[in-house]
Amino acid sequence: MQDKKTNSRFPVTRRGFIAAMGTGAAAVLAAGRLPVQAAPEETVMDPSEMHKITLRINGRTRRLLVEPRWTLLFVLRERLGLTGAKAGCERGECGACTVLINDVPRYACMTLAVEAEGADIVTLEGLMAGEELGAVQNAFLEEDAFQCGYCTPGQIMAVEGLLRKTPDPSEDEIWRGVSGNLCRCGAYTHIFEAVKRVAGTRRGRS
Amino acid sequence: MTKKEEIDLYFAEDLAVPETPEPGESPDPWGSTRVVGTPMPRVDAYERVSGAALYPSDHTAPGMLHGAILRCPHPHARVKAVNTGKAEGMPGVRAVISGKTPEADVQWAYSGGVKTGLFDPVCRFEGETVAAVAAETPHQAWDAVRAIEVDYEVLPFVADERKALQSGAALVHDAGNRVKEDTYSRGNVDKGFQEADVVLEESFRTECEIHTPLELHGCVASWDGDLLVIHESTQGVYAVQQKVARVLNLPLSKVRVIGHYLGGGFGSKLQPGKYTVIASILAKKAGRPVKLFLTREETFLCTGNRPPSNMTLKAGVKKDGTLTALEFSVLGTGGAYPAGGTSLVDWLIRDLYTCPNVRTRAVDVYINAGPARPFRAPGHPQGAWALEQMMDSLAQAVGMDPVELRLKNIPATSQGREGNPPFTTTGLKECIVQGAKAFRWDERKKEIEAASAKGPLRRGVGMAACLWIAGGGGPPSTVIVKVFSDGSVNLNMGASDIGTGTKTVMAMVVSEELGVKADVIQIEHADTGTTQYATPSGGSKTVPTEAPAVRSAAIDAKRQLLGMAAEDLGTEASRLVFKGEEIVSRDDPSSRVRIKEISGLKKRGVVVGVGYRGPNPEGKVVSPFAAQFCEVEVDTKTGEVRILDFLGTNESGRVMDRLTFDNQVFGGITMGIGLATTEVRVLDENRTGKMLNRNWHDYKLPTALDTAPRMVSRPVEMPDSEANNTGAKGLGEPVTIPTAAAVANAVHHAVGVCVTRTPLNPTRLSALFAENLKEG
Repeated sequence: MQDKKTNSRFPVTRRGFIAAMGTGAAAVLAAGRLPVQAAPEETVMDPSEMHKITLRINGRTRRLLVEPRWTLLFVLRERLGLTGAKAGCERGECGACTVLINDVPRYACMTLAVEAEGADIVTLEGLMAGEELGAVQNAFLEEDAFQCGYCTPGQIMAVEGLLRKTPDPSEDEIWRGVSGNLCRCGAYTHIFEAVKRVAGTRRGRS
Repeated sequence: MTKKEEIDLYFAEDLAVPETPEPGESPDPWGSTRVVGTPMPRVDAYERVSGAALYPSDHTAPGMLHGAILRCPHPHARVKAVNTGKAEGMPGVRAVISGKTPEADVQWAYSGGVKTGLFDPVCRFEGETVAAVAAETPHQAWDAVRAIEVDYEVLPFVADERKALQSGAALVHDAGNRVKEDTYSRGNVDKGFQEADVVLEESFRTECEIHTPLELHGCVASWDGDLLVIHESTQGVYAVQQKVARVLNLPLSKVRVIGHYLGGGFGSKLQPGKYTVIASILAKKAGRPVKLFLTREETFLCTGNRPPSNMTLKAGVKKDGTLTALEFSVLGTGGAYPAGGTSLVDWLIRDLYTCPNVRTRAVDVYINAGPARPFRAPGHPQGAWALEQMMDSLAQAVGMDPVELRLKNIPATSQGREGNPPFTTTGLKECIVQGAKAFRWDERKKEIEAASAKGPLRRGVGMAACLWIAGGGGPPSTVIVKVFSDGSVNLNMGASDIGTGTKTVMAMVVSEELGVKADVIQIEHADTGTTQYATPSGGSKTVPTEAPAVRSAAIDAKRQLLGMAAEDLGTEASRLVFKGEEIVSRDDPSSRVRIKEISGLKKRGVVVGVGYRGPNPEGKVVSPFAAQFCEVEVDTKTGEVRILDFLGTNESGRVMDRLTFDNQVFGGITMGIGLATTEVRVLDENRTGKMLNRNWHDYKLPTALDTAPRMVSRPVEMPDSEANNTGAKGLGEPVTIPTAAAVANAVHHAVGVCVTRTPLNPTRLSALFAENLKEG
């Protein structure tokens, strides 16, 4: 994703900013840093050619042939069978496709697969320890923090990213932490409870 | 409710609804329960949070192609020519179909029975289908769609329902833009207004909302010989099967529809779309499975909406708070085809409060926009927006508290129906009284009114109440419960779990009856090939329809097991009871047999219990009731509204699972906050007729920052022993009906301004403040 220069005539809005950055915005804000990448080399890829790339996903190295226009989301779902990341809008609006890229929640639909080379990518499947649920997944189960479950993988990844950076978030940080992820069923109340449960459990341990 | 009324309800519209066989002896309602009513995490929670749940859009098949649809970019146009030549030769393209493809020459009926071609030469709304492609990747399919050349004759359009009946308005259909006019009246309205001490009249409008469930609409279609298999994101597999079979002229047995999971529907997935048929035809033509899920933009145009409502309500009240007359009219539109543009908008005016004299009129018109589909509690939130704001205005006019005025007019019967039948249970009063107490309505109202206002922030509290017309469910439903030789159980039912926790509630019912733990109950559901008939999951009727059938099936299996155990123990079945994993004699606790040791069961391998949904009570109405209370903070400088907290009370009969119950309440409130404050479909009514905000950036859903940060659910539990054998009524719709009106009432309490039009956002409030508020 290119780092666009701000034009003073067209200030960057919050949601516009999210889309431009391709991230779970609030989690990034909570993380206190922006995933600004170094200005990319001006390389032009031949769109008609397949390109060989290597992705590091959930600790495994995957070698793939991709078209330059394929998003990370498309590759995860349709080429690797990692359907935890969901397609909701494919234009950076809903967050159903949120994955962690170098520990930061990012929209996989706004990230080209070729851009994700070299990064450490974690999907919902990567939070599992074998067949055991991860802590955030377990809290979502206990608190009934979902209804249809379709936005849930993205919500869980946004929460995971939030807690990796901010282990003991305030209420406001929790609300902002998942504000880049739409839930049409409106399970937000229970999602807030799930985040508090994980944070509380971890506090109890330490 | 009469048979006729049930079949006319939206969840059964156009659906052949068979009769369920009469069940055997109907069991008595539960006394105390062990499992039902507890807060139980969902039986499929692991699948949903681990990523193991395969939603239809996750489905893949060997050799699967990807489909894409070319849609008309104009709100009204005639397709003069389609040239697919270039598209057919493009890389990866395996099938292209359009109006001139013989296989695609089939008739499609929108609701209301108006037929069009699958690719009709006349496109009456932006987003109507023109051609479709299947290719190796979605990118290639879209490349090919863009390469199809279409010659359109662009026709005049009408995009604003308020102008559809004006002379000179463009005609959506040759016969005119009026779909229908419904009228209703009881008593003598004019006399009622004469008897009133106060008569108020106000106009209201709610904007068109789009469902936008997170999972896109679509399916994966494949052919196994002459069997069409469809994995569809749907609320009702049998509804999809019936429609696709009819359109493609196939026997029902040759259309298998599977929909184990779905990512939300809210009414927009009660039926298949043209996309389902298009995917099936592409799959046939290409000889390969085709995955066809719409883009988000397409779902804004052509997968339904909650129609806009233009309402006028005149109300008369006596000084003591007695309602004397209500007169209501609504103009609405279901878009370009008959789709219930004014459906049920007047129901709360007719049925919620005691009023002897009522007159309503509903005018439904066509415009050149996508057809509506049922949207969570069709008509009701719109009607509540008008009625519940009017109730507050009446209360103010006669100097009563809004709660007090409503309590003065609690109905004893369903006045909106012929013959005034009584409700089975009526929790309206309890919802209002208990809600007001839990919310501390009186105290909070007084505190706010006593506080001296400093700065631009003003606080206010508001409330609203409702009932939901359906929510009692009813036949048909058939359910099978199989008990295996080790005592574990398979539950087989046709219903979808649309996210409300259907599977979990049904497992709890089985667990309650058979004593088995939920983790050894396997559920097969939502598959026309392998599970029993069920109507779509909608209308808040799934629990009250399916749970009684599940209970009957479990009892049928239990009866057989008791009979087998009686043989082993040499006693009468009536002397035996289920106790956990054992069957024990009432007379002699040492006389017992473990279920997996029952010789009859071991010999047969499985016991099959069949349950049917019994009929609803004759001459009575089953409706759920609700009330909601909220507090808001309004910034009188910026027009911003912060919703501070919400409390919902729901009388839905018995609470089945407290965890999913509360979740429904909070979700319904969140969706109601969307109707109240953020959601509006914008059509360019002047120049192009196109939708201007067909994405989630420009059409805003409530996010975690827009919902109320604190919500409380207080069920009013009144197990309804007349409604059905589980005592449960529907919940999913009443939870969203009063929300928007409660927010508007709270804003009015805060700043004294009536916001009669949605969305109640800073743009609207700033303009109203400019008109109404004096500086300082």
